[in-house]
Amino acid sequence: MPYDDTDLTPKLAEAARQVEICNACRYCEGYCAVFPAMFKERAFGAGDLTQLANLCHNCRGCYYACQYTEPHEFALNLPAALAEARHETWERFAWPAAPARLFQRSGVALATALVFGIAALFWAAAALAPASGDGFYAVLAHGTMVAIFLPAFLLPLVAICIGLRRYWTEVGGQRITLAHLRDAGRSAATMRNLAGGQGQGCNFEDEDRFTNARRHAHQAVMWGFLLCFASTASGTVLHYVFDMPAPYGLFSLPKLLGVPGGLLLTIGTAALVRLKIKADPALGAPALWGAEMAFVLLLGLTGLTGLMLYAATGTTFVAPLLAIHLGAVLTFFLSTPYSKMAHGFYRMAALIRDAQVKRG
Amino acid sequence: MTSDTRYDVIVVGGGNAALCAAIEAAEAGCRVILLESAPRAYRGGNSRHTRNFRCMHDGPLSVLTDSYGEDEYFDDLMRVVKGKTDEHLARLCIRRSEDCLPWMEAHGVRFQPSLSGTLSLSRTNAFFLGGGKALVNAYYRTAEDLGVTVLYDAEVTHLHADGNTVTGVDVAHGGETTTLHGTSVVVASGGFQADLDWLARAWGPSARNFLIRGTPYNRGVVLRDMLDQGAESVGDPTQCHAVAIDGRAPKFDGGIVTRLDCVPFSVVVNRDGQRFYDEGEDVWPKRYAIWGRLVAAQPDQVGYAIIDSKSLELFMPSVFPPIKADTIEGLAQQLGLPGRQLRDTIDAFNAACPADPEQRFHPTELDGLATDGLDPPKTNWARPITEPPFYGYALRPGVTFTYLGLKVDDTARVRSAAGPYTNLWAAGEIMAGSILGQGYLAGFGMTIGTVFGRIAGQEAAAHAL
Ligand SMILES: Cc1cc2nc3c(=O)[nH]c(=O)nc-3n(C[C@H](O)[C@H](O)[C@H](O)COP(=O)(O)OP(=O)(O)OC[C@H]3O[C@@H](n4cnc5c(N)ncnc54)[C@H](O)[C@@H]3O)c2cc1C
Ligand code: SF4
Ligand code: SF4
Repeated sequence: MPYDDTDLTPKLAEAARQVEICNACRYCEGYCAVFPAMFKERAFGAGDLTQLANLCHNCRGCYYACQYTEPHEFALNLPAALAEARHETWERFAWPAAPARLFQRSGVALATALVFGIAALFWAAAALAPASGDGFYAVLAHGTMVAIFLPAFLLPLVAICIGLRRYWTEVGGQRITLAHLRDAGRSAATMRNLAGGQGQGCNFEDEDRFTNARRHAHQAVMWGFLLCFASTASGTVLHYVFDMPAPYGLFSLPKLLGVPGGLLLTIGTAALVRLKIKADPALGAPALWGAEMAFVLLLGLTGLTGLMLYAATGTTFVAPLLAIHLGAVLTFFLSTPYSKMAHGFYRMAALIRDAQVKRG
Repeated sequence: MTSDTRYDVIVVGGGNAALCAAIEAAEAGCRVILLESAPRAYRGGNSRHTRNFRCMHDGPLSVLTDSYGEDEYFDDLMRVVKGKTDEHLARLCIRRSEDCLPWMEAHGVRFQPSLSGTLSLSRTNAFFLGGGKALVNAYYRTAEDLGVTVLYDAEVTHLHADGNTVTGVDVAHGGETTTLHGTSVVVASGGFQADLDWLARAWGPSARNFLIRGTPYNRGVVLRDMLDQGAESVGDPTQCHAVAIDGRAPKFDGGIVTRLDCVPFSVVVNRDGQRFYDEGEDVWPKRYAIWGRLVAAQPDQVGYAIIDSKSLELFMPSVFPPIKADTIEGLAQQLGLPGRQLRDTIDAFNAACPADPEQRFHPTELDGLATDGLDPPKTNWARPITEPPFYGYALRPGVTFTYLGLKVDDTARVRSAAGPYTNLWAAGEIMAGSILGQGYLAGFGMTIGTVFGRIAGQEAAAHAL
């Protein structure tokens, strides 16, 4: 029923207020997927708003183009309203909810977790020092690594799946087909929603000037991360299937994937940090700025220490670097369902849902 | 105080026309200053509220489909101005619109396909991606990159003239008034619709109840100043273009979202609960402009559109939710209307509606579903208002622009009593009355501003260099 007040949270209600103004205006239709999705509706319930909020990539095009931003009494700031709503949905869907409230809001919490993660690895290296082994395995036995990282990988994965299920139920998602995945994959791979609708990019770097800096930086981080992940996965396969344990030479699959991946991740996160400092925090969720920054730095640290570790092969730095690197990886994995990292999963879900709606 | 800096071109105003002039002059190599009376956050005048411009084209061009030739464009214009135009200037403007589109793109403007709900305009009007504020932003970027000096909070209060030459421009900025000197001057400071006193003098005291759809900064200060100094005027000084908008809109700057498209599916009554005009005379895009005047002529300058739940989703969503009630009397109470009278009006209307409306009702075309024996009649879309909940919107006149302006020739040059000014040009709303004597053609305001802004900038530069 249009215009009936559903029981929206204050943040969703604010998003609804702004979205209803946009729906009467429509000037920003061509910027991103949010507007065409919005203009299909007349009234906005929690599920609609959750979907719109997660579809928004915070490119800010619609803020600088808007004739109703403050001091106008309509006080439009759609990127901020959707960012606030988006973060709230991640906290609401997270299982369990408490760590999400912590890691999404507090950069200090993430940094503290990192210190603990690294300390844990130093302890493991000292207390569980292997009798023999090559390369890393001279510092930490393969069995010990598996014992730490298998649960640290699988448990967060379970938590993410629970969150995504809750998301899917709230937005009314249907059965997913290959075509939906293809559409969504294409949007994510090209960061279509940071392209401004016509490839001119977004308004993150210098107010209303369009640039592709954020899109490219984010691409570097995403592909860098995926390459690093593929590198680890290929190492696992080599280890178990082909009985070829680490260390690997430069022309091995893990290194061919991992070195460029680490470089992209490091450079990309550095660029994102620079952009985040330049951009106006009031067009995002200002209270979460620190936590987001901490997450980007953690990601960058993971990439950088991975590269340093490789560079240090054969030196005495391997042991401390390995502890730092694995500590960062451990913190990253464990905090994934509750940190900014969750956005990648919800974003994919939103893109898949959008593909479903578009395909009818 | 006077400023020692001498500019080649001084541009007065900060909307589309001013920016086009400033960019052209700067590209020609001039030292240009642009004086915008609004603060930076509100820069761009009414141009920041626009969504498209009307463009002639031979074949598909950018986002425009098919073709739109000079004669068809001119005929469309003649239909709305009913002969009140200067054919030479109008045709010049139409012909020049074609190469404006690529020029705009080259200077940072981006276009998007016709917005959802406006498909009928995809052939004639090119929509700005992000709307007029995005266009204005792009032009400010371009102008600044070209070295144009931009002053915000800079209201021009007076142009000094010696015979038919402008010798100085007084600008109030930062608490003091400075006289700037420029070889050429372009005025592009819009109409006077934001000066309610002037509107009230021109239209009558009821104009104080009008809402102004655009910027509060277009107060016609420069227009008044030039007319007082004997510049030739054009356009009806008493008229303004007004449409019926949501009565809850802010006094200024409500812009596009406050429009209401519900009238054809409504019964519209005045403060006393009486109908006063055929709500179904024609499709809404062809009628929305007359409803501003119709409502302006009612007591307290207010009207009320009443619909029932059948019609709620037949028009573009409104920015404010409608008032809602389960009974007509309840709705009347919430809207502050006499309940008995509204009940009688609705009953009389319902009784006059055709018996089998649902099969014949067609929201997007003239369906001929007319009342029988009602005065005034409703000649299309007459379905009884019977299904609760009932919804109501207050309507008020919203002024888009005024018609009075400076008369210009085909080089955008302003005329004084003693012949053309040697160094003064005008562009945009401030001279649009030369071409748009009455009525309005969607997207033509931005076309006039772009074409004449560019001409004024080029002419001003040629004079200065
Ligand atoms: C809600 C709305 C929607 C519209 N939609 C469209 C549309 O889609 N397409 C279309 O073609 N037209 C549209 N119009 C009409 C269009 O806005 C105008 O025709 C056009 O913007 C005029 O451009 P301009 O540059 O002459 O004036 P403006 O853009 O109004 O600029 C005038 C400038 O002068 C400044 N100024 C005023 N007085 C002074 C002074 N004394 N000193 C210094 N500066 C001063 C103002 O601050 C302002 O920046 C719309 C109008 C409104 C109100
Ligand atoms: S952000 Fe502003 S300009 Fe864009 S659609 Fe919404 S109200 Fe319109
Ligand atoms: S910030 Fe960008 S992605 Fe988000 S709604 Fe606005 S235009 Fe779309």
